[in-house]
Amino acid sequence: MPTDSAVRALADVPREPGAAKPDPIVVADDVVRRFGGMTAVDVQHVEIQRGAITALIGPNGAGKTTFFNLLTGFDKPSSGTWTFEGRSLHGLPAARVARKGMVRTFQLTKALSRMTVIENMRLGAGSQPGENLFTALVPPLWRAREREITEQAEELLVRFKLDHHRDSFAGSLSGGQRKLLEMARALMSKPTMVMLDEPMAGVNPALTQSLLGHIQALRDDGMTVLFVEHDMHMVRHISDWVIVMAEGRIVAEGPPETVMQDPAVVDAYLGAHHDTDLGDDALLSDDVAEQLEAEVQAEEEKR
Amino acid sequence: MDWTNLLVNVAGEIIAPTTAAYALAAIGLNIHFGLTGLLNMGQAGFLLLGAYGFAIATIAGWPLWAAVLAAILAAVVFALILGIPTLKLRGDYLAIVTIAAAEIVRIVGRSTTLTDLTGASSGLRGNSYKHTFQDASPFPDGTWELGPFEYAINASNSWWIRIVGWGVVALACLLIWLLMRSPWGRVLKGIREDEDAVRSLGKNVYAYKMQSLVLGGVIGAVAGIIYVLPRAVQPDAMGRSMTFFIWTILLLGGAATVFGPILGSMLFWAALMLIKLVMRGTVPETVMRSEQIEQFGWIIVGITLMLLVIFRPQGILGDKKELAINAH
Repeated sequence: MPTDSAVRALADVPREPGAAKPDPIVVADDVVRRFGGMTAVDVQHVEIQRGAITALIGPNGAGKTTFFNLLTGFDKPSSGTWTFEGRSLHGLPAARVARKGMVRTFQLTKALSRMTVIENMRLGAGSQPGENLFTALVPPLWRAREREITEQAEELLVRFKLDHHRDSFAGSLSGGQRKLLEMARALMSKPTMVMLDEPMAGVNPALTQSLLGHIQALRDDGMTVLFVEHDMHMVRHISDWVIVMAEGRIVAEGPPETVMQDPAVVDAYLGAHHDTDLGDDALLSDDVAEQLEAEVQAEEEKR
Repeated sequence: MDWTNLLVNVAGEIIAPTTAAYALAAIGLNIHFGLTGLLNMGQAGFLLLGAYGFAIATIAGWPLWAAVLAAILAAVVFALILGIPTLKLRGDYLAIVTIAAAEIVRIVGRSTTLTDLTGASSGLRGNSYKHTFQDASPFPDGTWELGPFEYAINASNSWWIRIVGWGVVALACLLIWLLMRSPWGRVLKGIREDEDAVRSLGKNVYAYKMQSLVLGGVIGAVAGIIYVLPRAVQPDAMGRSMTFFIWTILLLGGAATVFGPILGSMLFWAALMLIKLVMRGTVPETVMRSEQIEQFGWIIVGITLMLLVIFRPQGILGDKKELAINAH
C-alpha cells in the first residue's frame, strides 16, 4: 500500500492530464516523436512527483515505451523539452542521463549473460577510476574503490536475495532473478530516479510479491519510481499516481483507485468493455475470460 | 623422408618471427573481438599501414623510435577514421567498413601513382629499411646456434628479430592480462554482451569502443613492423587472406583469453608446415605438385576455420561454460 506521505502530497492535485504536482522531479513540455508519418508520442505537459511511485499505463501502441526512451535519452524526440531536477535533459545521450541520476531498466531484461552476477553489479557503480584505460593499468589506483563497490554490491545482493548466485553467470539465472539483478544493478549508481520498463513482464508469480516489495522499498528509501506496466494488479497495489496514455497522448491522471473510472480512460483504454474494472480480480477467472471471448466472437460474426 | 629435419622445421615455425607477428596481430584482434565484440574484418589493413609507416619513415631517414611512432600514429588515424562513422551503428557495419578499408589501404599502396613512396605492387625491399633495427641490436654480428636452430644473430631473419618479436608479444600479453582484470576490461565485456545495458548504467559506450579499436589497431601496426622486418613490404601479401589467418589463429587459441592468440599462432604455423612437409615427402609429384601442396595447405586453413566456428567456438583455451550461455 502507498505510504501516506506520497499520497498526502498528491491529494490536492487535480485529476486531469498535465496536472501540476507540488514537487515535480521531471517536467516535460510538448514532447513529440514521429516515425515517418505516424506520431508515436505527443505529450503536451506532464509532471512527475518526487518520491512517489508513478505508473504509466495505456493500451498497446500508446507510446509508453517510446516516451520512456525519450526521457532516458535512448531515443531523440522530433521536438520538445523536459527537465530533470530542474536541469534540461534535452539532447543528452543515454549515458549522461544515467549519470545525472535517472537510471532505467528494460522491458526485455538486459542482464549481461556471460558475466557473473557480481561483475554485473560492479559494472553498475559510478566513479570507478579504473574504468579509464590508463588508470586501469595501475591497480593500486582503483583497488580501494573496487572494494567499496564490491561491498555495496554484496549488500544489494543480500537485499535482493541473489547473494548465493554471486559467482554464477547472469545467463544462468531465471527470468525473474534477472529482473531482480537488473534492478539491483541499476541501484549501484545510487540513482535519484528509477525508471522500470514493465518490471513484471515474464516474472514467475512467486517472485511478483518480492519484486513489488522491492519497488516500494525504493520509494521508502527516497527514490522516485516511474514504471510502465500492463499488470493492473501491480498498478493498483503499489502506485501512488497513475498516468494514462493513449495514441501518444496523456488522456488521464489520478490516483489508482479512481483513474480507472475516468471516462477518457474508459473510452481510450477499455473500449467496449468499459463497465468492467480491469483491476478487478474476477476478470482473471476463467468464466469471465470465456464470456469475453464469446462476446468478441459474437461481435466478429456480426460484421 | 627425413623426420628429424621435418621436426626441426616444424619446431622452427613455433619461434619464427612470422609466428610472433601473427600472435601479436591476433592479440590486437582479441581486444576488438574477444573483449569488446567488435567485428574487425580488416586487421591486415592495420598491419600493412604499420609496415608502410615504419618502412617509409625509415627510408626517409627517421630514427628507429620515430619510425615506430609513425607506424603507431598511422594505425591511430586509421582506427579513428574507421570508428567515427561506424561505431555508433550496429556491429555488422564495422565488419563491412573494415574489410573495405583494409582493401583500400592495400590497393592505394600498390597503385603506380605512389611508386616513389610505396614501391607500388613490388613493394619496398627489406634492405632499404632494416638497418636501423639491425643497428639497434646489442649483439655482435655472426650466426648463433641453439640446439638444432641456427640463424644469423642480427641480419634479416635473425635471433634479434625473434628476441624483440617475442618480447613485444610478452609485453602485449601482460597488457591484456592487466586490462582484462581491470574495471576498464569489465566495461568492454559489458559492451560485448549488450551495449544498451552498459549505456543505461552511465558508461560512454562509443568512447570505449573507440579506445578498443585504436588500441587493438596499434598492436596490429606493431605486428606489421615485426612481420616485414625479416622480409619485404609486399601489399599483396597483407590482404584479406592475412585477416582470415589472424581470425583463424584467434579462434583456434580461444578469443577473450590471454594466451589464446600465442598458442593459436604457434599451432597454426607449425601445423601448416607439418602438412606441407609431410605431403611433399609422401604425395608423388604426379598427384600434386609442390605449389599445389601449398594451396592445399590454405584449403585446410579454411576448413579448420569453419570447423572451429561450428564445433568449438571457444577455441582451445576458451571457457566453454561462458560460451555455452546464449548471449541474449
